[in-house]
Amino acid sequence: MRKLTTGMKSGRAGGALALFAGVALSAMASQPAAAQSKQLTLCWAAWDPANALVELGKDFTKQSGIEMKYEFVPWTSYADRFLNELNSHGKLCDLIIGDSQWIGGAAENKWYVKLNDFFAKENISMDDFVPATVTGYSQWPKNTANYWALPAMADAVGWTYRKDWFSRPDIQAAFKAKHGRDLEPPKTYDELKQIAEFFQGREIDGKKVYGAYIFTERGSEGITMGITNVLYNYGFNYDNPKKPYQMQGFVNSADAAKGLEFYKELYKCCTAPGLTNAYMQEGLDAFKSGQVAMQMNWFAFFPGLYKDPNVGGDKIGFFVNPAGPKAHFTQLGGQGISVVATSDRKDDALKYIKWFAQPSVQQKWWELGGYSALKAVVEAPGFPKSAPFAPQFLASMAIVKDFWAEPSYAQLLLDMQKRVHDYVVADKGTSQQALDLLVKDWTKVFGEQGKRVAAE
Amino acid sequence: MTTITQPDDAAISRIHSPTVSRPAWRTRGLSDQTIAWLFVAPTIALLLAINIFPLIWMIRLSFTSLNLSMSYLPLRVVGLDNFTDILTDEDVWLRLQTTARFVISSVTLQVIVGFGLALLINRQFRGHSFWTTIILLPMMLSPAVVGNFWTLLFQPQIGPFNYLISLLTGVPPSSFSMTGEVALAPWTIVLVDTWMWAPYVMLICLAGLRSIPDYIYEAAEVDRASAWRQFWSITLPMTVPFLMLAVLFRAIENFKMFDMVNLLTSGGPGSTTELVSITLKRAAFEKWRTGYSSALAIILFVTVFGAANIYVKLLNRVKQR
Amino acid sequence: MTATAHSIVQASPRAKVFAGAFVILYAVITILPLLWIVATAFKSQSDAIAYPPKVIFQPTLEGFVNLFTVRTRQTPDFIAKLPPPEAWYDKLVRQRDMVIAGPSKVVPRFTNSLIIGFGSTFLAVFLGTLAAYAFSRFRIPLADDLLFFILSTRMMPPVAVAIPIYLMYRHLNLTDTRLGMILLYTAVNVSLAVWLLKGFIDEIPREYEEAALVDGYTRLQALRKVVLPQAVTGIAATAIFCLIFSWNEYAFAVLLTSGEAQTMPPFIPFIIGEGGQDWPAVAAATTLFVIPIVLFTILLRKHLLRGITFGAVRK
Repeated sequence: MRKLTTGMKSGRAGGALALFAGVALSAMASQPAAAQSKQLTLCWAAWDPANALVELGKDFTKQSGIEMKYEFVPWTSYADRFLNELNSHGKLCDLIIGDSQWIGGAAENKWYVKLNDFFAKENISMDDFVPATVTGYSQWPKNTANYWALPAMADAVGWTYRKDWFSRPDIQAAFKAKHGRDLEPPKTYDELKQIAEFFQGREIDGKKVYGAYIFTERGSEGITMGITNVLYNYGFNYDNPKKPYQMQGFVNSADAAKGLEFYKELYKCCTAPGLTNAYMQEGLDAFKSGQVAMQMNWFAFFPGLYKDPNVGGDKIGFFVNPAGPKAHFTQLGGQGISVVATSDRKDDALKYIKWFAQPSVQQKWWELGGYSALKAVVEAPGFPKSAPFAPQFLASMAIVKDFWAEPSYAQLLLDMQKRVHDYVVADKGTSQQALDLLVKDWTKVFGEQGKRVAAE
Repeated sequence: MTTITQPDDAAISRIHSPTVSRPAWRTRGLSDQTIAWLFVAPTIALLLAINIFPLIWMIRLSFTSLNLSMSYLPLRVVGLDNFTDILTDEDVWLRLQTTARFVISSVTLQVIVGFGLALLINRQFRGHSFWTTIILLPMMLSPAVVGNFWTLLFQPQIGPFNYLISLLTGVPPSSFSMTGEVALAPWTIVLVDTWMWAPYVMLICLAGLRSIPDYIYEAAEVDRASAWRQFWSITLPMTVPFLMLAVLFRAIENFKMFDMVNLLTSGGPGSTTELVSITLKRAAFEKWRTGYSSALAIILFVTVFGAANIYVKLLNRVKQR
Repeated sequence: MTATAHSIVQASPRAKVFAGAFVILYAVITILPLLWIVATAFKSQSDAIAYPPKVIFQPTLEGFVNLFTVRTRQTPDFIAKLPPPEAWYDKLVRQRDMVIAGPSKVVPRFTNSLIIGFGSTFLAVFLGTLAAYAFSRFRIPLADDLLFFILSTRMMPPVAVAIPIYLMYRHLNLTDTRLGMILLYTAVNVSLAVWLLKGFIDEIPREYEEAALVDGYTRLQALRKVVLPQAVTGIAATAIFCLIFSWNEYAFAVLLTSGEAQTMPPFIPFIIGEGGQDWPAVAAATTLFVIPIVLFTILLRKHLLRGITFGAVRK
């Protein structure tokens, strides 16, 4: 039985409706006016080096009067968000530090400004940069002189370990007794597994610890960026070096299948529980909270780890990605900085790149916590001593290998994420089956891209 | 279902003194037909623009090979290739199976819990209104935010859920991961979904229970029917239309489900909780295979629409009984 | 008539106590997760990720400070050189060797949620009231089909709808704009609004309008003076339901906005601190975001059933 409402409420309702109307109209009128003061927006991922870049950028603002604004996005949504932005011809970013694998798509879709003329005009030579970074972050097509980015952040996968635990006499003795050799940072993956098994479940300082931390993230790129470090060293290749895009027998060779199995064994035997979807931050957490003896992560984080009050300083050590039975590579990380083609402030953006390319700025970039790709900085005689992880960084950059940088890289990556995570974490099928399905997936992707894939 | 109510004197007196507000120049006013069209047209126009036009565009796209990340490639018309691709892809069928299992399990659980709660609340104990409001809160939250904070609650090392289970059963907290294990993850999403939406079913069932007139029960009492018999032959049959309505709405919503599961498990581990919406999002907005994902979207829509139609016909037949 | 022990109509006092106990137990268990999150908003970083999980802890406003600010970590020497902190939030942050660098994006995001929410609600209710009135009072050809069409637009998965909308908005330069999101949410909400309002308006007897028409009022005047005042509670309830949908919506927001027009739901899960998710800040954002919803739930108690079933079920 509803009673009729009286007119008393209509006054209040009228007021509310007016409020709604006012807000709605102001919303539609409130499209932001174009900024008149000079400013640039730089887009990157949100991590330690980004904070260092903010510090470094204050110099640029002082010199040029252009204010720097930053848009930093967590790694897990970095590709998603910015590929979306680039695809929708967004105006958010003037400069973007895009991932190395985006370069193919960015070049073909004309998302980035081609920098050859700019480099020529400003006398910036790509020979001044570490070759692996030029190929990895700047060139498309690969190994041609077409540049779409300036190498900004050189990075690769490396390992940290608890030097203090490794130096404890009781632990050293126990290890020597068990394995007949001294406990030291592993040079091969078999050694790494041995050490990880040794530490797994051991009680140190009253807490149970675990052997190793490896990437397992499903959503963006985590597990792929972890597993390639093992796969490369077991003989995995993306395609026939003599016949591009021929993948059968190279992606899914018996050796590669063994490598995949090894990663799964390592995951099952020697890692902390519950890390079924873990990437960079979880690794930092696990290591900093004293949970693991060895951690796989990007060099980008090592300055921060070294400064950590709990596990830094003398307690932390670094080693290069161990070798496997067939090869010795490490997964390339890092990014180049590019000018977004739809930006309204391309000239100012180029000014930033010119400033960033200077050797003095690159040196300061290294000192603040970034990783310079300039030869003058990393090949300087004092470099290996400048930080405890510098020698390992140099050694790693000499053996880097990257994932596909094709325009269709996102599909290739997502296919591999799925097949690999299904096998390693969700226990689906065998390693050979996973890789066979992966070849099928990738063949389809290349087919759609218009590339012919030779079967044998 | 209009109810006749007692007129309010104030309303009547206002109606009977129109002379004050009538304008001096008498306009005939627009005819009823014109007004009807004027009132309905903007809504229909908006829906046509935002729903139908894009749908038609999408149907066109589904016959092409458009890939937004490789838009420099020439656009090829591939006819039904996308559709045959999808319908013959074992993975897509697995995702549909996962989605179907999710819908069936969670709706069933919600119906059991919701109906049970409704029966209990119908006893009208003291304070039931307050506690009902408390139970209703989870359903009003943003599913995305819910999915996100449950990842904290389910963390094996630091989350209260595992800790609570370990207190109750003695199993060590870090020995299982609700969102990370193949056996547990599908049940985890059912659990969180039920936590959110059992109140929904409860509310509908309550309405159903309260619509059963008392005299039917009193007659049954006179006939000395047992409580169980009363439940089985009065309560349940008369609540069935309401239950069916709840099942319809929940099934449609769960078939569309994206936010909560994406943030809770990202479809993992592997693809054990990858619902079909998540696959669609990855195909459309991460792989940028627009043509392919348009075809998938159409297949999904036809499925839901068709199933809902059949169900609604069934529902109408039940209502008329 | 005395209630017998097994009567359903009049439950015995013992049955009531049992029922009450169960329901209260369920209510308490069901609200615990939410309470835990609210509690986490007041925990410090280390307490939030402590093991075993802390039920008793020292409350602090760090989470809220982290939510509203952007901080940089500095070395202790650098901090020693700075002037002493004045505001309470500065002090909190300095304790952790950090310096506030500026405001975070949470306020613009919250504002976006408000603007897009209210904007789309106003439009949807406005259009919905007109259409509902027409469906209710006039004979519109194909009315049932049109109404079903309006309802069926809600059956599409949002991700599916987003695909062509994304392309369309790209062409029209509407990606990542508030106007674009308002239009989209209005289109989705108007279906709910039409169905709910039709139900409300159906319940207003036609006699009053007819009396007004006889007295010489035009249709429009009758609508304004007779129907609307009586429909006000219905309109308000519908408005709040539309607002809740826009407030909580995630799929469209995450796919079609990135910076300018981003609302809270895509923002909250990605508030990161120094190591992964900043749980106290995320919890603080969740708490603030959820407060209006809790208020609305209490306000809407009477109309909740009608709202969630699109008007199909009314008490």
